[in-house]
Amino acid sequence: MAYLDHAATTPMHPEAVAAMTEALSTTGNASSLHTSGRRARRAVEEAREDIADALGARPSEVLFTGGGTESDNLAVKGVYWASGRRRVLASAVEHHAVLDAVEWLEQQGADVTWLPTDRFGRVSPESVADALDDDVALVTTMWANNEVGTINPVHDIARVCAERGVPFHTDAVQAVGAVPVDFAASGASALTMTGHKVGGPYGVGVLLLARDVKCTPLMHGGGQERDVRSGTLDVPSIVGLARAVRISVEEQASRAVEIAALRDELIASVRAVVPDVVVNGDPVDRLPGNAHLTFPGCEGDSLLMLLDAKGVEASTGSACTAGVAQPSHVLLAMDVEPALARGSLRFSLGHTSTRADVEQLAAVIGPVVERARTAGLAGMRRSRKVVKQ
Amino acid sequence: MKVLAAMSGGVDSAVAAARAVEAGHDVTGVHLALSAKPGTLRTGARGCCTIEDAHDARRAADLMGIPFYVWDFAERFTEEVVEDFVAEYAAGRTPNPCLRCNERIKFEALLDKAIALGFDAVCTGHYARLEMVDGRPELRRSADLGKDQSYVLASLTEEQLSHAMFPLGDTTKDEVRVEAASRGLSVAKKPDSHDICFIPDGDTQKFLAGRMETKPGLLIDDATGAVLGRHAGVHEFTVGQRKGLGLDGPAPDGRPRYVLALEPVSGTVRVGAVEKLAVTEISASAPVAHVELDGPVECVAQVRAHGGTAPAVAELVDGVLRVQLREPLKGVAPGQAVAIYREDAAGDVVLASATIDSTR
Repeated sequence: MAYLDHAATTPMHPEAVAAMTEALSTTGNASSLHTSGRRARRAVEEAREDIADALGARPSEVLFTGGGTESDNLAVKGVYWASGRRRVLASAVEHHAVLDAVEWLEQQGADVTWLPTDRFGRVSPESVADALDDDVALVTTMWANNEVGTINPVHDIARVCAERGVPFHTDAVQAVGAVPVDFAASGASALTMTGHKVGGPYGVGVLLLARDVKCTPLMHGGGQERDVRSGTLDVPSIVGLARAVRISVEEQASRAVEIAALRDELIASVRAVVPDVVVNGDPVDRLPGNAHLTFPGCEGDSLLMLLDAKGVEASTGSACTAGVAQPSHVLLAMDVEPALARGSLRFSLGHTSTRADVEQLAAVIGPVVERARTAGLAGMRRSRKVVKQ
Repeated sequence: MKVLAAMSGGVDSAVAAARAVEAGHDVTGVHLALSAKPGTLRTGARGCCTIEDAHDARRAADLMGIPFYVWDFAERFTEEVVEDFVAEYAAGRTPNPCLRCNERIKFEALLDKAIALGFDAVCTGHYARLEMVDGRPELRRSADLGKDQSYVLASLTEEQLSHAMFPLGDTTKDEVRVEAASRGLSVAKKPDSHDICFIPDGDTQKFLAGRMETKPGLLIDDATGAVLGRHAGVHEFTVGQRKGLGLDGPAPDGRPRYVLALEPVSGTVRVGAVEKLAVTEISASAPVAHVELDGPVECVAQVRAHGGTAPAVAELVDGVLRVQLREPLKGVAPGQAVAIYREDAAGDVVLASATIDSTR
């Protein structure tokens, strides 16, 4: 089997599994005052220090959450609520955890400006500067796009925001472990990351929140995390997460070179048999493991099914609750026409990827695309059935 | 064979898929997403299109150990079934969206895609018997006459039927439920779907009113030409309707009035006595014949999904199916299909289907 969907979730590092497994059989609420509680708390604080160190943050800036979606919601809603201001600037290509949170704020009365992107899905610092004023509560732009892999100039955007004293949040879920991420150096006020994209467990994430940024809690309770996030801390997950962050950040530089080389091989081998394949996103400034490809005249779900039957696992992008592949808002924001957007697949490589995975894809992609092309765009209106080849 | 099982999330398609698996076929389950904005949970009598239905289909596929995908046919369904439904009503005709969906979605858009992707057949949970006889597909009524769906499949072409698989044809609904329970399928007790899947509250008039130009008009007595009332649009009526006509008062002869005909251009709704509803001649176009029809043929004609059958003589003349009914049928509306069957103790055999243009 060739697992080429690491951007969805990547296998846990064995060391993280081991650390987490050990912690799972240890009792202790990190908020308890006795010996067991202190032991649990110590594990949490060591994890916090590890993560802070790996990501260029101070330990007090590390808030443990239930994952990327919670971190994004907490940053977007919490910072907006605490600011007393009315405007939010967000890029049109954000992950749904940001996009839908911002849309919800809009329904609640926020004045939202959607930042445009170029044809690679990149937000420019100039567009942020143009839209900024003193009524902006928050600017949010992802570090790297989860679908097409384009990396944003987050340092420049952070600087533009800092000049106006506006908090800047960045969803770095895809960036951590894939590209260098240093919270302090980035100038961001808040940063989202999650465990299962870096070889850690599901259901645990972090919001890095600068000390001077006010944030209203989403949930009220024990106030465990800086009074911003409540809930008994999940010690085993936090321990597993810290181990995974440590490994993925330490190995990032060398891993990125290897993975990017494999990714380039993947693209070249697909192009060799499907010459009209289109690579979406920035050709250079992109996540090392991401190959987001459009196969003109094909429907993504046909490709996915045929590849799945051949043991190759890829993604059509986000799916709704029912499991229907949705036309990607990212590609639409990049001005890709809907018929082409439907014919796209994301292949993403990670720490366990090998040349054999790429070879397995290369061996089957030609006939698969040919077959999917015959099937065409069956679900679409006939009037739009003809697509540009 | 490589079989694509269309799984609505209901008990019938689940058991059909399970039987295809058991027969040794290489089965892949697909749930068709037909609504652009699916509801979360089932409401009323909808048979598909909610997230709960997709979930039920997925769980059934899990149990059978077959691959399962959800395919988006919402745009195509809207174009070919929903918009067609509205346009037919706007033209004063009475469409059958289930038949249309079989014709254009399940056994055209989906079948075409399935064939292109390497499948040999599309399997559904329809109640109808299908066999190859002398190299041609022969479609018969289900063993469960109360559930028989051959009428909504009769307009499929030979080509379409030769790639169709209806594993439930020999079974009754009760048996299917028992079998589902014994297979451990959670949908065993799921209520039957009925009504039109894209009109969840069952209010066709309200659905149409929001989607077509409505033009007020007159209710006219067909016999005398007298104006008996006014209405907001012909879409509010169907041929054969008696209740809710909104007549100003009783007709001169004091007898109930029924809708006889809809004339959308003038906005006229013709009403008349019950005898006037009786139809003995049907003229239908766009015929699909499953046998050579040379000369008049003795048959049973059926004009709606359930009931509405009469012995008849049918003949195909210049691409028009002419059906002489030996006993009159009521409530026969243009736009509906007429299917003709050859009577057979082992299940009536479908001979042809066509779309009703006019009646007498």
